[in-house]
Amino acid sequence: MRALSAGSCFAEASQPRRDRSRRGLARSDPLDASEPGGRRRLYSARSKTSIDILGTRTAGREPVEGIALSQLLQVLINGLAVGCIYGLIALGFVLVYKATEMVNFAQGDLMMLGAFFGVTLIGDFGLPWLLGLLLAVLSLAVFGYLLDAFVLRRVLGEPQFAIVMLTIGLGFVFRAVAGLVWGYDPQSFPTPYTGKTLRMGEVVVSYENLTILLGTFFLCLVLFLFFRHTRLGIGMQATSQNQLAAYYVGIPVKRVFSLVWAISAGVAAVAGILLAPVSLVQPGMGFIGIKAFAAAVIGGFGSIPGALLGGWIIGISEQVAGVYLPAGFQEMTAYGILIIALVLRPEGLFAQVQRKKV
Amino acid sequence: MRFLFKTHYNQDIDHLKHGGDRFWYGLLLLLVVAAPAALDTFYLGELNLVMIYAIAGVGLMLLVGYTGQVCMGHAAFLAIGAYTHSLLLGAGVPFLLSMIAAVLVSALVGAGVGWIALRMTGLYLVIATLAFAMLTEQTISRAEWLTGGFRGLSVPQASLFGLPLTEVWQRYYLTLVLLVVVLIAALNILRSSTGRAMVAIRDSEISAESVGINVAVYKTLAFALSAGITGLAGALFAHRLGYLSPDAFTFLISLQLLLMVVVGGVGSMRGVIYGALFIGFLPQLLAIARDTLPRQIAQAPGLEPGIFGLILVLVILFEPQGIFGRWLKIKSYFQLFPLYRRATHKRQKTYMRTERLR
Repeated sequence: MRALSAGSCFAEASQPRRDRSRRGLARSDPLDASEPGGRRRLYSARSKTSIDILGTRTAGREPVEGIALSQLLQVLINGLAVGCIYGLIALGFVLVYKATEMVNFAQGDLMMLGAFFGVTLIGDFGLPWLLGLLLAVLSLAVFGYLLDAFVLRRVLGEPQFAIVMLTIGLGFVFRAVAGLVWGYDPQSFPTPYTGKTLRMGEVVVSYENLTILLGTFFLCLVLFLFFRHTRLGIGMQATSQNQLAAYYVGIPVKRVFSLVWAISAGVAAVAGILLAPVSLVQPGMGFIGIKAFAAAVIGGFGSIPGALLGGWIIGISEQVAGVYLPAGFQEMTAYGILIIALVLRPEGLFAQVQRKKV
Repeated sequence: MRFLFKTHYNQDIDHLKHGGDRFWYGLLLLLVVAAPAALDTFYLGELNLVMIYAIAGVGLMLLVGYTGQVCMGHAAFLAIGAYTHSLLLGAGVPFLLSMIAAVLVSALVGAGVGWIALRMTGLYLVIATLAFAMLTEQTISRAEWLTGGFRGLSVPQASLFGLPLTEVWQRYYLTLVLLVVVLIAALNILRSSTGRAMVAIRDSEISAESVGINVAVYKTLAFALSAGITGLAGALFAHRLGYLSPDAFTFLISLQLLLMVVVGGVGSMRGVIYGALFIGFLPQLLAIARDTLPRQIAQAPGLEPGIFGLILVLVILFEPQGIFGRWLKIKSYFQLFPLYRRATHKRQKTYMRTERLR
């Protein structure tokens, strides 16, 4: 039941691990008190119990199916919202990988930084939500640009292994710095829309989830238009297809790389700020980046729609597993799907690796 | 400069090439054998831990440094070794037998992982092994009937041939003997045809295939060997911990093992020892450094992983060959004394090499 609300799922993912499992099944989320999704929770609790009771006593009646269907719909919508976040982080992976063939294991931590920027700008400085969002995205984009210009460009051309280790190290540094600056206590993130819900028949959608869905859609639209219709975006596409040829036709490849990192960091900031209201902001929240990896891999690590699709697959199956499967399966779903996908299609679903001819 | 006059073919494959080597390694052996007499229990325990890390590192180095397969899930093999050993000990199996069983079980699982990972390369392999480690950790924490889950599993007292191993120095000698055996075995493997096949696969899979090396067999074998050795380290680690819980085998441990390999120097067995010393004693150094740092920074809970990350970043940026590479440079400086030129060890300019074509 708890898994029905996307919020609780995220809060759980970002809890310290020990704490999470010690609490066992009778856990209560810290969100319960602050989050008015209590109503949502109440509702979903009722719907599930009603299935349990009605399903055994009066099977085959119409209302049962209706409720089961609406529960499924609810799960799907929550999964979609969760999946959007995974998808956005995966999008960051994919953008960087497509252009520079680097795998940024610190993407989740960039998202964490974005969320903290958002908390500071919106929560502490009291800026309007949209302005704070834009400022946070902008500052993280600058950070991403500088990160590439000063650190990552130096390892371009090193073996993949070195780059992976480098970004992992960077992630640790980010986490430690965030801990030093903002502390390790989870912070809540107030938004103008906190606590409002949208009712569509039996299905209840919280505004947090709605913002995630709309935000993702809007961001993807912007990115699509950018890559399709601007000079710079087309230059980026060219760079990702063939670096040397891009040099030849006069694209400033180095700057393009840095800009790609900036965009990727900006996307991470959006993901962080969208996630922050349903989760809690703390230095460890970047760990869901590992699940976003699963999303990126399923999407083929080179395809932008693939990343979103992968995110939705992971998000929805996780929510479904949380409701319909025994406890414990929810955490394993992402990795299970990842391994199955890799076994069946070792180069991802939308592969772009080709065998070298000798 | 030293000139070796070879009078016998076997000199080519000697582990210790000349008198100097024999002298220094002999001295080192004497020192570590005599260590329990000079050190107090705490430092002896730490040295024991360093050697356990070194055993696991030898396993990982065989895979990462010599076969070129990056595995980010070695904590899982450590865990499998530790749990198998303690469960069998608990069931009354003799110490040595259960240790052998732990090695075999880990090696079997490793072979399975290697077999699955055959089709994956580079990035996908990293992510798949990561997912494997996550799944293993989840499975251990969920399989309460077997492992006790988060309640933990206490490790039975070890006893060798009826002699209980309760003192630290006894465990120290046990680990020392095993480390020496594992090191010599690994070095022997590396100079046999198996090891050469592994190195060939690391350098170019296609060339290895075309000179008739069965890539599938040797990759799987490398995984099995690596996992088996790591399982042995796990069994020793269990005694060091005294109480097993899934917390002890998180993603961070896998990272620490990889960090050890990278910082020590990828592709050298001596690097493993340097890396293990580094990993083992860095926390002590940090504890000492805490007294001198300002309170604000010194008391931060996330300081240690942050420093680990920072060191990882610096090593990859400035000394990709690790401590071992630095040692080689210093040595050649003194060997060539007035003639040493910086350019001797200058890193060649590398260009981005696409992994989309392999």
